[in-house]
Amino acid sequence: MNATHVLDVTRAQLFALVRRPAAWTIVAALAVLNQVFSFLIPYISYRSSDPSGFDAGATPEELLRGTLPAEIVPNTLGGFPVFAGALTLAFGAILLGSEYGWGTFKTIATQRPSRMSILAGQVLTIVTAVAAIVALLFVLSAVTSTAIALGEDRSTALPSVGHLANGYLGGVLILSVWALVGGVLAVALRSVALPVGLGIVWALGIENLVSAMADSVLDALQPVRDVFPGVNAGSLVAALTPEQIGTPPPGVSDAVSGGRAVATLVAYLVVAVLAGAWFHRHRDVS
Amino acid sequence: MTAAREAVIEARGLVKTYGPNVAVDHVDLTVRPGEVYGFLGPNGAGKTTTLRMLLGLVRPTSGTATVLGVPAGSPSALERTGSMIEGPAFYPYLSGRDNLRFVARLAGVPAGRVDEVLETVHLADRGGDTFAQYSLGMKQRLGVAAALLKDPEVVVLDEPTNGLDPAGMRDMRALVVELGRQGRTVILSSHLMGEVQEVCDRVAVISNGRIVAESTVEELRGGTSLLVTAEPVERAVDVLVASGLPESVRRDGPDLRITAEPRDTAEIVRTLVTAGVDVTRVQRDERQLEDVFFEITDHPQGVAS
Repeated sequence: MNATHVLDVTRAQLFALVRRPAAWTIVAALAVLNQVFSFLIPYISYRSSDPSGFDAGATPEELLRGTLPAEIVPNTLGGFPVFAGALTLAFGAILLGSEYGWGTFKTIATQRPSRMSILAGQVLTIVTAVAAIVALLFVLSAVTSTAIALGEDRSTALPSVGHLANGYLGGVLILSVWALVGGVLAVALRSVALPVGLGIVWALGIENLVSAMADSVLDALQPVRDVFPGVNAGSLVAALTPEQIGTPPPGVSDAVSGGRAVATLVAYLVVAVLAGAWFHRHRDVS
Repeated sequence: MTAAREAVIEARGLVKTYGPNVAVDHVDLTVRPGEVYGFLGPNGAGKTTTLRMLLGLVRPTSGTATVLGVPAGSPSALERTGSMIEGPAFYPYLSGRDNLRFVARLAGVPAGRVDEVLETVHLADRGGDTFAQYSLGMKQRLGVAAALLKDPEVVVLDEPTNGLDPAGMRDMRALVVELGRQGRTVILSSHLMGEVQEVCDRVAVISNGRIVAESTVEELRGGTSLLVTAEPVERAVDVLVASGLPESVRRDGPDLRITAEPRDTAEIVRTLVTAGVDVTRVQRDERQLEDVFFEITDHPQGVAS
């Protein structure tokens, strides 16, 4: 591996990525989902005659308080364990999997960087893109919540810098795991559609099903559940947002401790990178 | 200088098997500096697989390959090698120019080279169109432009005239000849014999994964042959074979094709006439590479075009 070559790959990939309509479609979907579920629906419920329609456990005051700037960490991270996770998995799969459909991996592999430099550049590209996306979601949350606070004459105070930084880094870790798992699945399957399909069934279906069974009828499943990426993402969000008002979003639970969640998510990152390295090193490019 | 350093591309005993199928079978290649080297064979003969091994895309089952004295596919070989393998591959949503900028970043080449190579392949005025909008010929030219971005010492082109119209083919051949004149070493594969004959200094013929001949185009063509119309033709064959004058005699439709030194022509005719054979035509013509190819590979005429 060569640091200059790794940066060459990263610069090239980012150059192509920011010009790619599919990437922006996913970013737009993430932003819209976040705005609608974290702000629009709670705020409309608060303004409506039947505030309990959105969240039966919340009073109108709680609904409004949940949309204010002080709450931007839970409001930004709330969707990460499930919905944003599934979208980011698709993002990673599209980014790395298209190279096989278009045959562009051979174009990349015949320039100069070694396969390991290429992989490192791809990982760096994904983490950079995820860091930018999470920052964008935080900024949008801050703007919307500040607008609500000003409109309702409430406090515009943001959480402390430390709290924001922890929330931001936790968010980057969670979405990096989803994106890299999606990307490496795409490399393994040399496809986009298959990893997206499998990943979404996993994130939206299987994890929920197993978690529900582990919580109710089959305690024996709990150790299995506790190593799932979505469950650990949800536990990390829960650990980062103790001030959560009302019912937590889907997937946010305290199945495992925050420390264990971070360790598990980092383990997923490492395994994904090692698996990607194995495929890049041992596979012929045809 | 040792012999190994003189060769720009050196392959020894390259083998690639896929399960029970042997795609490339003990291929040896030596490409010298500055030559345009043709790699000729029908579709499926193993040309592309061999070129992929020379670029490190495919790992040989056994054997070794070096490019510019270093292992094939290593970064120091790749940074001096431009290539287009099995058609151009680019992002459909990016313009031709942006695709080249992408490749330039990967290769560590200054962005200024992009417009130069677009000029070289006559795509400068269409550089802003997305790759998806390009015709097959334009895509192919963009692939060659990308191969030239690094100002490479070695250029590997896999069937570069695929999908081009006659004018495009002519331009591409002229470009390949020009690359050779600039002192670059070019290895190109083709199933078009005329193309190889026109642009290549030396040629390797590959069939069923094996190199069946490697030499200059002139050597392969083996000089000239005689086309003789004689009656009765069976007697003519017997007489010529008995005389021991020609290197070979074979039937070519109603005629005979005879390989012989030009100085023996008169003696051959005299022998036939003396033996009572009527000779109605004697024509000396240069063999086309195509004839040689079919002779070597024993392919029925018409399998390769």
